[in-house]
Amino acid sequence: MIVVNTEYIPGMVVVDVKGLVQGNTVRAKHVGRDIAAGLKNIFGGELRGYTELLIESRREAVTRMIAQAQQLGADAILNVRFATSSITSGAAELYVYGTAVSLAPVAGEQSIEAEPV
Amino acid sequence: MQDFFFLIFSVGIPIVLLMAGLVIGRFIESSHFSRLAVREAELQDVLVANIKRLPENWDAGGAVLVTGEAVIATDYFKVWVAGLRNLFGGRVRGYETLVERARREAIVRMTEQAQAQGCNLVWNVRLETSTIGGQEKRKAGGVEVIAYGTAMVATDTQ
Repeated sequence: MIVVNTEYIPGMVVVDVKGLVQGNTVRAKHVGRDIAAGLKNIFGGELRGYTELLIESRREAVTRMIAQAQQLGADAILNVRFATSSITSGAAELYVYGTAVSLAPVAGEQSIEAEPV
Repeated sequence: MQDFFFLIFSVGIPIVLLMAGLVIGRFIESSHFSRLAVREAELQDVLVANIKRLPENWDAGGAVLVTGEAVIATDYFKVWVAGLRNLFGGRVRGYETLVERARREAIVRMTEQAQAQGCNLVWNVRLETSTIGGQEKRKAGGVEVIAYGTAMVATDTQ
């Protein structure tokens, strides 16, 4: 499964559009993390616990989106977007969505060996 | 006597917290900025752009989504200064550097992911910013940023 946030993929053409696929996760603050965050709010700095939580929920949301695309028989998801929203002061949602498509290589396309950019 | 202790307690603790926020917060911030500069210098061979279309003469392959996340907290001093600023209006410099740190950190993490996969280009970069825990009044929070883009190996065919 190719997952990209661009509208097209160089060297490939879209042969079939399967439709919108999406995934979301709602994450809540954790008491232990909140105590650490309270201390961090005196001195500043990165809230590592929250960063990890964000990474986990992003992975989970993308996995759910890919599962939907696989059900539709797509082989790529284009134009992926992330959105976050806070539901209550204690919970936040991470939402990811994109368009599931089927791709085929451009006819007669050959990769040309050249100097790196 | 009890009033005296109460006064020390109610005035002393905020002052200690303010000083801690000012001194330690500033130290953490400046060391973060210098670390960011070093990491950005190491990533110079990866081109980061938010263009939607690649130039016609570029040959690119191996598209993969790369993401970078960062959550950076405010400090006690910044919250206090921002509270004062709310009375008079104007620039809140402390929060400007806070958001800048979170954005740059997220972009650096995204670019590092691209570099680790052998890519030399990240295009169509998008940034998503939101705050956490800042809704409650007078309660400090943080900024969370997700940076994402499409990493590829690009070559110029001309």
